[in-house]
Amino acid sequence: MTALLEVRGATKSYGAVRALDGASLEVAPAEVVALLGDNGAGKSTLIKAIAGVHRLDGGEIAVDGRPVVLRSPTEARRLGIETLHQDLSLFDNLSARANFHIGREPCRPRWLGRLGLLDERAMTREWTAHLERTRTRMDDPDGEVGVLSGGQRQAVAVLRAVAFASRLVILDEPTAALGLREAGKVLDLVRSLPEQGVAVLLISHNLEHVAQVADRAVVLRQGRVVGQAAPTPDNHERLVSMIVGAHGSMAATVDEGGQ
Amino acid sequence: MSGLRESLTLPAPERGERGLEGRWTRLALRVVEAGPILILLLLAAAMTALSPFFLTGRNLTNLGFQTSIVAVLALGQLLVILTRGIDLSVGAVVALSGVLGGIVAGAPIADGAGGGLAVIAAMGLAGLAVGAANGLILVKGRVMNPFIVTLGTLSIVRGLALVISDAETVTGLPAAVGTLGTGKLGPVPVPAVLVVALAALAWVLLARTQWGRWIYAVGGNPEGARRMGIPVDRVLMSVYVLCGLAAGIAGLLVAGRTNAGSPNAGQLLELDAITAVIIGGASFFGGRGSVANVVAGALIIGVIRNGLNLLDVTPFWQLVAIGSLVIVSLELDVLRGHLERRLKVGRAEASS
Repeated sequence: MTALLEVRGATKSYGAVRALDGASLEVAPAEVVALLGDNGAGKSTLIKAIAGVHRLDGGEIAVDGRPVVLRSPTEARRLGIETLHQDLSLFDNLSARANFHIGREPCRPRWLGRLGLLDERAMTREWTAHLERTRTRMDDPDGEVGVLSGGQRQAVAVLRAVAFASRLVILDEPTAALGLREAGKVLDLVRSLPEQGVAVLLISHNLEHVAQVADRAVVLRQGRVVGQAAPTPDNHERLVSMIVGAHGSMAATVDEGGQ
Repeated sequence: MSGLRESLTLPAPERGERGLEGRWTRLALRVVEAGPILILLLLAAAMTALSPFFLTGRNLTNLGFQTSIVAVLALGQLLVILTRGIDLSVGAVVALSGVLGGIVAGAPIADGAGGGLAVIAAMGLAGLAVGAANGLILVKGRVMNPFIVTLGTLSIVRGLALVISDAETVTGLPAAVGTLGTGKLGPVPVPAVLVVALAALAWVLLARTQWGRWIYAVGGNPEGARRMGIPVDRVLMSVYVLCGLAAGIAGLLVAGRTNAGSPNAGQLLELDAITAVIIGGASFFGGRGSVANVVAGALIIGVIRNGLNLLDVTPFWQLVAIGSLVIVSLELDVLRGHLERRLKVGRAEASS
């Protein structure tokens, strides 16, 4: 089976800092892959490249086996890839509903293009359908996002990323600002995505959460993939040592075993 | 989706707030948001009480003439300020548009039937061109500081207006320009009709179109807007072009009113426009502001000037009054932020 997403030898530098140093990664269709790594390991840089936010200096990205050049987030979206960024990319001055549709508001008449009038009815339809699908309740969808609590803001951003993805959702720390219960619900949501044929690339510092949802964990250190393993409780310590870089030889063994 | 019940629940604000206090915070927020219109009504009521002339037809017609120029400029400025920008060049554009209109009126192109139209088009195009230059320098030049960019173009445009007019006032504008500046439809000044039409267009753009929503998005979170696939550069470009066009139209009104194009016209009008937007409750930090409130902001300036004139107060006090209102408006913006934070705290406590 061809991989849904394939990254080969990705490199990216910010000035003298080498954020990615030949990282390679594969995600199969409807697979949940966790991307682990310490701060500065290059996780965010890698997913920003896949999301079309930054361009790689070197290496290539392929979707469905075809090499793609992602020049902008719009191009990634067109391929069915949605991203929850760590900063949430919410608009505090707009309502939850407006945030949900931002950048792809349905308009009418069509020939007016972007100067078309917002199709409120279509937006309401999409919004309610999505809430039903994810069994979410939101009582004040027209209130500004800026006055929501941290957890609610995160929920809005997660919903938006999940709603429009047809192939792959990239989630950068989706449970970071959430309480125990909400985190559990977001994880439920993540687990339900493969059923709809959507793959997930998940970044999380919480190995417990990773163990609950991911089929496979890939560890990034200093811009390279240093190993991978199933995120079972048994592998917990091995994953941690790969992340922090202790017992380098052991990490190498696991790496070989995993390939 | 088996096993997924009520995956996420975002509680309603009413439950999130602590009863009465939350309700008061909401109410206060509403009042602050309607601030400019309330201030306008209060001012108008005060002037009516203080001067028997204020609420006469003749005076209101005057008020319409006086306010329309600032209102047109403020509508353009609002678009720019919504994106966290500012356009200081609009006063100079008023001058350039005026002298250019005079020069085109004297050229062979303006002879014959379509002459007036050619002059009007040239004046609008002058504004459009300066707006496009502002936008291009900002977006392509990667100088992300609109204050400095438009400070530069202010000087350039004023200089150009003086150069092409030899620093002389140009006369001989076509009748159509005069009508736009001084005409009346019944008791209603033509420029006021123009303001209403432009305000309606701006309202549709901002409140009803996708592009308008993107203008708010770019002001609210520029980086986020890029990530969500919004063509940020094109949005920025468009607001400067539209602001320039508004300045060109204001130039038409000024030239029509004085029946001449003066290279010295419009000095400090950019500050009036910005003042109207700020008094109109738009946030200087972008992403917040409405057309109705900004028109109210322009009217507030007009009512203060007109009313204090009627009351025989020296014009110097007008400056003091308008300046004070700017400070009050900023404080209202701060107060709104404070009220919103209070709502947020209330909600976080309730949801935990």
